[in-house]
Amino acid sequence: MRILKSVAYVVALPLLLVLLWWASTRGEPNFFVPTPAALVDVFGPTWFEGRITGDVLPSVGRLLAGLAIAIILGIVVGLLVGLNRTLRALTEPVFEFFRALPPPVLVPVLILLVGLNDGMKVAVIVVGCIWPVLLNTIEGVRSIDPVQNETTRSYGISGLNRIRYQVLPSAAPTIMAGIRQSLSIGLILMVISEMFGSSSGLGFTILQFQRSFAIPEMWSGILVLGLIGLALSLIFQWCERRVLRWYHGLKEVENAA
Amino acid sequence: MSTDVLKPGRAAQPRAARPGARRPLPKPVLGLAGVLGFLLIWELVPRVGLVQPRFLPPASEVIIALARDFGLTAFWVAVGHTLMAWAIGLAAAVVAAGLLGLVIGMSPFLRRFTNSTIEFLRPVPSVALIPLAVLLFGVKIESSLMLIIYACFWQVLIQVLYGVADVDNVATQTAQSYGFSKLQRIRHVVFPTVLPYLMTGIRLAASVALILAITAELIIGSPGLGREIADAQSGGAISGMYALVLATGLLGVAINVVMRQVEQRLLSWHPSVRGEVVL
Repeated sequence: MRILKSVAYVVALPLLLVLLWWASTRGEPNFFVPTPAALVDVFGPTWFEGRITGDVLPSVGRLLAGLAIAIILGIVVGLLVGLNRTLRALTEPVFEFFRALPPPVLVPVLILLVGLNDGMKVAVIVVGCIWPVLLNTIEGVRSIDPVQNETTRSYGISGLNRIRYQVLPSAAPTIMAGIRQSLSIGLILMVISEMFGSSSGLGFTILQFQRSFAIPEMWSGILVLGLIGLALSLIFQWCERRVLRWYHGLKEVENAA
Repeated sequence: MSTDVLKPGRAAQPRAARPGARRPLPKPVLGLAGVLGFLLIWELVPRVGLVQPRFLPPASEVIIALARDFGLTAFWVAVGHTLMAWAIGLAAAVVAAGLLGLVIGMSPFLRRFTNSTIEFLRPVPSVALIPLAVLLFGVKIESSLMLIIYACFWQVLIQVLYGVADVDNVATQTAQSYGFSKLQRIRHVVFPTVLPYLMTGIRLAASVALILAITAELIIGSPGLGREIADAQSGGAISGMYALVLATGLLGVAINVVMRQVEQRLLSWHPSVRGEVVL
């Protein structure tokens, strides 16, 4: 009974919204909004006949490559800068500027510097996504409990061991928060880089549908993007729970006390 | 800088005092040295020939172009367009998400009822709406607004929901037994708890709004700095384009600074801003 009730809570509102959508498009056809049936009809043929391997997978691949490079680079540079007080003060204003720079303006810049190719699209994602990771890593390293630092020092733990067993774990919650921010930026940049002078990819395809007034197809593209966003966020939540299991456990104990 | 970091789960944690506040060289001096160093590298890279100057003009040229822009009315009109879309979009999103967040957050039924829908809609990237915005509004400011409001709405809503969930049970019960009306309870119990979360949401939404304002101008072509950048790029005015990119960055920094000031003013009573060690 209880399971039934929670299932009802999960599906009730979405069902209601779909019903509302169906009811409001049932009468005279609206040019901008297709009926649910039309969208379902169009979804399969539009995406599963070639576009998924031709456009969707390459887009997602570029996104993942860009994110991976940005995360690794961000953590490595963040550790280097965060552990050195002088370096931190030296770089702070410049990094703050780059963080405040809206990432989409990098697209025209990188088109100039890299050219119109896959490398540019990955570079846009890397350059846009690195700042939240980098700055959060610096902040995470900076705000490590000083007692912990002194303890590792007096136990003679230094170098890579210190980073592996003390610095990275205590900065991990902050780093993960940065990664979460960069995920949504990465998705935005994936779409934008393809809308700007490109001839393939998800962003280009959706814009093409709009330009040719293929309205149900355009909506199905919006749906695909939404599903990719949802999948990314679910995968991230799963990873975060695994990486930060100790942290969430600690929080629960603290909150219960 | 410490104010801008999102701690997972909890948005407005009290911050501890900075460890090691005294350092040999004063921080502003080092920061300035960093900026100058960056500009020097930027100046040298094209001059030495690592990158061709027609792709990356030296820093001095770009700064001169930026200074020239500052004297042009067209530049300030573009800045005005961008800022107007930013402000209207942000305000609309904050009002809508704030009210809806309070209503949903204060009712356990509504919270469970809407949870799945919110979790589903939140990760949908706002740029997915670009084609729809073009179709509905063309190159008018409304298309920017649509993207901005959609993106900012979730940022603020989630924070408000966290905030309402964080309201102290004892405080609520005390208010109830003292016979507070619903409005009084919102005003004196819920609102002060939610405010720090709301401010975090607004601060995050402010930078997201700028990103989407620029994106809409760049891709759709609604008037503003983004369109100027696209025009400069396609017109081959490369230093002009870099100058505009620099200008958007400065705009972003200005927005960050202002939002942080506002947050500190409004929350000066709150422990996280008072800066005491609360633990």
